[in-house]
Amino acid sequence: MNDATQNRRRAIDVVNASLKKRYAREARFRRIGLGAVVLGLVFVSVLFFDIVSKGYTAFVQTHIELEVFFDPAVIDPEGKRDMQEIARADFRKLVREPLRALFPEVKKRNEKRALDGMLSGGAPYQLLDMVRSDPSLIGQRRTIDLIADDDIDMLVKGHIDRNAPPSDRRVNDQVIGWVDTLTEQGRVKRKFNSGFFVNGDSREPELAGIGGAVAGSFYTLLVTLVLSFPIGVAAAVYLEEFAPKNRWTDLIEVNINNLAAVPSIVFGLLGLAMFINLFGLPRSAPLVGGLVLTLMTLPTIIIAARAALKSVPPSIREAALGVGASKMQTVFHHVVPLAMPGMLTGTIIGMAQALGETAPLLMIGMVAFIVDVPGGPLDPSTVLPVQVYLWADSPERAFVERTSAAIIVLLAFLIAMNTFAVIMRRRFERRW
Amino acid sequence: MTTAESAASEAELPVPKAGVSIGSRPLDDDFKTVGNVRVNDARMSCTDVNVFYGEKHAIKHVDLDIGKNQVIAMIGPSGCGKSTFLRCLNRMNDTIDVCRVSGAIALDGQDIYDKKLDVVPLRAQVGMVFQKPNPFPKSIYDNIAYGPRIHGLAASRVELDEIVERSLTKAGLWDEVKDRLDQPGTGLSGGQQQRLCIARTIAVEPEVILMDEPCSALDPIATAKVEELIDELRENYTIAIVTHSMQQAARVSQRTAYFHLGHLVEVGETTEIFTNPRHKLTEDYITGRFG
Repeated sequence: MNDATQNRRRAIDVVNASLKKRYAREARFRRIGLGAVVLGLVFVSVLFFDIVSKGYTAFVQTHIELEVFFDPAVIDPEGKRDMQEIARADFRKLVREPLRALFPEVKKRNEKRALDGMLSGGAPYQLLDMVRSDPSLIGQRRTIDLIADDDIDMLVKGHIDRNAPPSDRRVNDQVIGWVDTLTEQGRVKRKFNSGFFVNGDSREPELAGIGGAVAGSFYTLLVTLVLSFPIGVAAAVYLEEFAPKNRWTDLIEVNINNLAAVPSIVFGLLGLAMFINLFGLPRSAPLVGGLVLTLMTLPTIIIAARAALKSVPPSIREAALGVGASKMQTVFHHVVPLAMPGMLTGTIIGMAQALGETAPLLMIGMVAFIVDVPGGPLDPSTVLPVQVYLWADSPERAFVERTSAAIIVLLAFLIAMNTFAVIMRRRFERRW
Repeated sequence: MTTAESAASEAELPVPKAGVSIGSRPLDDDFKTVGNVRVNDARMSCTDVNVFYGEKHAIKHVDLDIGKNQVIAMIGPSGCGKSTFLRCLNRMNDTIDVCRVSGAIALDGQDIYDKKLDVVPLRAQVGMVFQKPNPFPKSIYDNIAYGPRIHGLAASRVELDEIVERSLTKAGLWDEVKDRLDQPGTGLSGGQQQRLCIARTIAVEPEVILMDEPCSALDPIATAKVEELIDELRENYTIAIVTHSMQQAARVSQRTAYFHLGHLVEVGETTEIFTNPRHKLTEDYITGRFG
């Protein structure tokens, strides 16, 4: 009895002595964990700050306000109002003249060219589009905000250092003087850059937009989703619920896991060889891009869906079988709906991966310079990350902010997709 | 007590003193069940049933009849095979890959292990209630309506409503849940969930109900309710119940079968088994010497 009490006392002393060490260990672990989270947040915020600070200026575009005379003698000398004739008219003359009228002292040929160059190459098309939609403009005078050249845009946005030696900057002192004069007259305006969202790619940064890339990404992801979700879920359900467990299914499982780790560029090469060379599908098309990305995302979706199916408690299957449901009814009435949140999560993760994927699409020609916005999954197009890659390669200063802006849009899409995934998952979970 | 003593006492004394040593010793392969395995009006009839889990011989040469409108209780220590045997009766063991069943089990004279027999109608005829309440994560209404829906038992919504009400009433749950039929079945208490599962089983109007330790996850009050319910259900159904509680077996059943390491040791009228067991193992078990 005595021995026992003594032993017990000794034990509690040992426990007490060890407490301090245990708590210290726990506190240390918590600090490390917190540190890891903070470090991660710091990196993410640095990344976001860097991209946003570089990219937000791309959402406005410099315009120059000029009074344009829609001269019938230039636009439609014969007065037939034939749109095909009008489209061939020299609209450049119309945008040139009001600017030259503001600076009558400019006489030299190269100076005149520099003055003309302050407006974008897209400015004449602005006028053409206006005439197209309203032919009655011909013969009238209108005050119009014309798109400025990217160099002027950069100067106005302060991306060009005025104090740098003239040889180091893309605009000379004379142009800076003109811009200052126009600014004083209140003719330099910064307007929301709607063209950035609707235009296709262009060699001129002030005309380049992500409209084509967004449409291309949309069609590509649509094809990917339509193919990979049903195929992935069907494969997972079959493998998990119906397939006999033997050497063949083991082999298939190993191969699916391997496919998930194959470098994406290999899928691009496969797509090039199979879909384009063998099946003769069009090059650069979102359809082929979607097929390639389907191959890439399928393993992700299958693995996630199988894990979700495995996590459905067996008691639910037994309950359904117990009231006489067939295997098929058990799976589709009970198991699949319960696994759906997990399957959706896997699918959205796969789709987010696909949205950000670049390498395999380079292989199938989606890296081409395409100006038109694609109208369907068979039109040649590019996708957002490839557009980022293309612009990042361009030398013009104005493409730097556009690259960052395109990344912002890409990130916004990713965040929207992930939010959608969370909402969907919540809704499904509430229903069950 | 030494091994020698224990062996001696087992051989000589009518009532063995103790122990695990008796309970853990397997019976001979050619062991014959004590008591009458056959009854006059058998609903289900099992002949020489053997179950193997891979190499393990889990059920050994079991013959047993399950009488019409009777409750038969299956008792025995853990791992004796009573649940495995129960799951043979509606071929629930089919879902386990390594499980193999041999012998003949007949429902109303029809062999249920016949290759041509469809398990779907079989399971509609032989319903099952599981150890842990397992309602579907759906509304109370849909839990009950699921079986009738897939089997097409109700021609109209009104008929389905009737089935749901009748099943819940029979399971003694109607008054408790009639105002919240659209709420999830998983939100009920454990005892209510189990009665919901019983209602779900009787909604498809089976002829036999198998119950695998239906009260082991319930408190005494919920247990009493379920036991009462089992007694009422006996009028219309044939019930086979596996239980760990000998009091429960004594309370609800008319016949009792005692399993021991895969063998069916003794079968008989419940009152007989509990007052006058014929086999030593049965007696040791019901008097609490091992288990």
